[in-house]
Amino acid sequence: MADTSYLDKIRNFCIIAHIDHGKSTLADRILEQTQTVALRDMEEQLLDNMDIERERGITIKARAVRLKYHADDGEDYIFNLIDTPGHVDFNYEVSRSLVACEGAILIVDASQGIEAQTLANTYLAVENDLEVVPVINKIDLPSAHPEQVKEEIENVIGIPAEGAPEISAKMGINIHAVMECIVHSIPAPKGDTEAPLQALIFDSYYDSYKGVITYVRIKEGSVKPGDRIRMMATGAEFTVVETGFMGATELVPCSGLKAGEVGYIAASIKSIGETKVGDTVTSADKPASEPLAGYREVNPMVFSGIYPADGAKYVDLREALEKLQLNDASLSFEPETSVALGFGFRCGFLGLLHMEIIQERIEREYNLDIITTAPSVVYKIELTDGTVKMIDNPTNYPDPSEIAQAYEPMVNAHVYAPSEYVGNIMELCQNRRGVFRDMKYIDEARVDLHYELPLNEIVYDFFDALKSRTRGYASYDYEMMGFVPSKLVKLDILLNGDIIDALSFIVHADKAYERARKMAEKLKEHIPRQLFEIPIQAAVGGKIIARETIKALRKDVLAKCYGGDITRKKKLLEKQKEGKKRMRAFGTVEVPQEAFMAVLKLDDE
Amino acid sequence: MSKRGLYIHVPFCVRKCPYCDFYSLSGAEELYSGYAAAVRRNLAYYDEPFDTVYFGGGTPNLITPYMAEILSEVNFSPDAEITSECNPASAGSDTLQAMRRSGINRLSVGVQSLQDNELQKLGRLHNSSDAEKLILSAEKAGFDSISADIMLGIPGQTATSLTDTLKRLSLLPVQHISAYMLTLEPATPYGKNPPVDMADDEQMADLYALCQEICRELGFIQYEISNFAQKGFECRHNLKYWRDEEYLGIGPAAHSFYQGKRFAVPKDLRGFIAAPRQTTEITDDSPGDYDEQVMMGLRLAEGISEELYMPLLPGLKLLPPEYYLLENGRLRLTAAGFPVYNYIVSLLLAHTN
Repeated sequence: MADTSYLDKIRNFCIIAHIDHGKSTLADRILEQTQTVALRDMEEQLLDNMDIERERGITIKARAVRLKYHADDGEDYIFNLIDTPGHVDFNYEVSRSLVACEGAILIVDASQGIEAQTLANTYLAVENDLEVVPVINKIDLPSAHPEQVKEEIENVIGIPAEGAPEISAKMGINIHAVMECIVHSIPAPKGDTEAPLQALIFDSYYDSYKGVITYVRIKEGSVKPGDRIRMMATGAEFTVVETGFMGATELVPCSGLKAGEVGYIAASIKSIGETKVGDTVTSADKPASEPLAGYREVNPMVFSGIYPADGAKYVDLREALEKLQLNDASLSFEPETSVALGFGFRCGFLGLLHMEIIQERIEREYNLDIITTAPSVVYKIELTDGTVKMIDNPTNYPDPSEIAQAYEPMVNAHVYAPSEYVGNIMELCQNRRGVFRDMKYIDEARVDLHYELPLNEIVYDFFDALKSRTRGYASYDYEMMGFVPSKLVKLDILLNGDIIDALSFIVHADKAYERARKMAEKLKEHIPRQLFEIPIQAAVGGKIIARETIKALRKDVLAKCYGGDITRKKKLLEKQKEGKKRMRAFGTVEVPQEAFMAVLKLDDE
Repeated sequence: MSKRGLYIHVPFCVRKCPYCDFYSLSGAEELYSGYAAAVRRNLAYYDEPFDTVYFGGGTPNLITPYMAEILSEVNFSPDAEITSECNPASAGSDTLQAMRRSGINRLSVGVQSLQDNELQKLGRLHNSSDAEKLILSAEKAGFDSISADIMLGIPGQTATSLTDTLKRLSLLPVQHISAYMLTLEPATPYGKNPPVDMADDEQMADLYALCQEICRELGFIQYEISNFAQKGFECRHNLKYWRDEEYLGIGPAAHSFYQGKRFAVPKDLRGFIAAPRQTTEITDDSPGDYDEQVMMGLRLAEGISEELYMPLLPGLKLLPPEYYLLENGRLRLTAAGFPVYNYIVSLLLAHTN
């Protein structure tokens, strides 16, 4: 038996919390305390290195980093910290990170208390046998009530919280207590360096020089450059070129990785299909008999078509999606075609935020103009001939005469909010065809409302609507509960008499009129006037149920005296030209991309 | 290469009009001579022959006493078109005679309207009879090429009042009409505080169409989006802008397209007077490019050549046929196409192959 005493000095942990409770700020402070990053290089949200993350102030991708901490007991410890996302769409990222850890720091905001994602993420951690260490953050806020929040943690989650450090990550108060908690409360990893290699891939990304870089947690055995490795799910074999660990700002190569450690493996892996997040890496010469338990496969909830604005960029779009999928396994896509939009991809997302983020990343990181069609959930259709079809694209919705029964997906949703908003929330859930289940008081002032809701009523704008009705105080979480019979119809939109397949929508029959009217209004608002009058019609099964008209454009010219200042005129026209480039011609009607997104957000009270 | 045009910006006004955002100072008479000296100083650097000269403003007639000496620095060709803008509120027959003597052979008169209530709305210092008298005096002073600026979309303007203004203009010795749409510029009093009865796009479109129709009836041929002329009286200087030809600008805020570069002089009269030579800033990093040639060319009724329009064919398919004409190897907008010129040009350029 090899010496495993090094394991005592390793702590693998992640930080979990509801969105905005301060995960990334605490990660920043821990980085500073361990002097992993020189102060001059320190910047806010250091681990959130995507522009979108910094701009939106959220974490999308889990990030791993290795730190060295000199503890009060005089010993040096290796911390492997994983910062995780807090939004419900990205639960999947959280669960992947948890498998690489023995413990989780649970941050709870001292003024807000437990929120939906606090619970959801804690349950994920407990399911994965992690030691959960609560930390009360934002004690510098005047509205902080740490004692009450500790009680909540004990009563609602059921974990001891009396000794939880009370900190302010923003002000740097009490960070040291967190560090010591990590040393004392989170268990050291276990493992046998002599056993056959079992390394769990918890993330990966594509590097144009080194190929696919896989982030792994070594559960058993060890791996070093020169070793032959095998991916247990795909059977693909590679020679390890480099191993190392994740520094705060760069990868740091090392001579090898051993059981209990978190690091990366580069093995000149060129093809995306050969590494799967959740797969087990083993030795080709001395393979393990079984793979590690991977992850629950995530199923995309929302589907939409993504098309290049310029049809010639189809291949570029495919490459962008492939690369994004490499470090976002929850993204799925397959080719599809649309009469209106040409060649594109049907993509599956975890939710609307996920969809927006992917869209933005394609545009920014790959510099592609794209058009996204109205998102759809998956419907189950029983046909009269007894066969069952899963429909994620309204275009493929069968003719009503062939449908025996349609089913739509339902979710169990929990809304957490101050009790004064119960009325507003119930009204919203009622409007969204929700079925009330029960209501529990978390404490005197806050409730947990439990509803069954159709997924198609919540994926688009439910969270926005919820926030606006609760002044931002509500949070929510949901899980799939299966399909229920439903009365569905396909709503078609016609511009200038032509059906625009990319705007078709599956909707509950009772909502068809309202949605048709709102869609027509929104389109009128977002399609600029053109050289001729454009009728907008909404139809169900050939019957027009709503209509608007965009009047013809009569004046769009700069007819003004300008004494040779041609540059100004030119800039104005160049801007208009860029605007037109972002439009898509349907027949002769030009539709701006924004119109596609705008029709999704119909809830404007 | 054909000869260049020369533009001289005269940044003086008796009073600023509330809608105008051209660079100009009011009540700065003490700077006229310094300004004129600076213009002459700058002109001395250029001995090339110019075949058009244009004094724009501002109110160029305010510096009439200096025009002869300024023009003495210019090596213009014998057949040069030498235009000055002129404001009916501050130019009398003496001024007009002096202008003519100094070499100016074309006048562009800021009439704006021949309705007194509309002139008041615009904050102009002249009335309709001042404008009519000025034009008659100009003819007496020897000007045989006179243009009148009029404005479309003046608060209170109606189809009747516009018709009246145009018909009365046609009875005067006017060979050229420029019709501009009143545009709200953010930095002006109108822009900050728009008149409540400002014409909307529909009304503007109606007035514009009416103006096109009446000008045609009166024998003024539309040769550019805002310009109408009797045959042979098109403004040669402005044609250079639209044909993407070169011109030199002198004076604060003046723009140039010179030796392949587009640049502008800072809006700083005192700086212009003090400097031995005017400073310039590049305004455009792709002067004379394809988009620019298309943009400028399609403003003109003559349109653009086959070589220029071939790449635009994919976009043309998106246009209803009444907005353009493809004939004799040229693409041009129709009378119906002009009021939606921006839409058409940006659409065409967005779909080039």
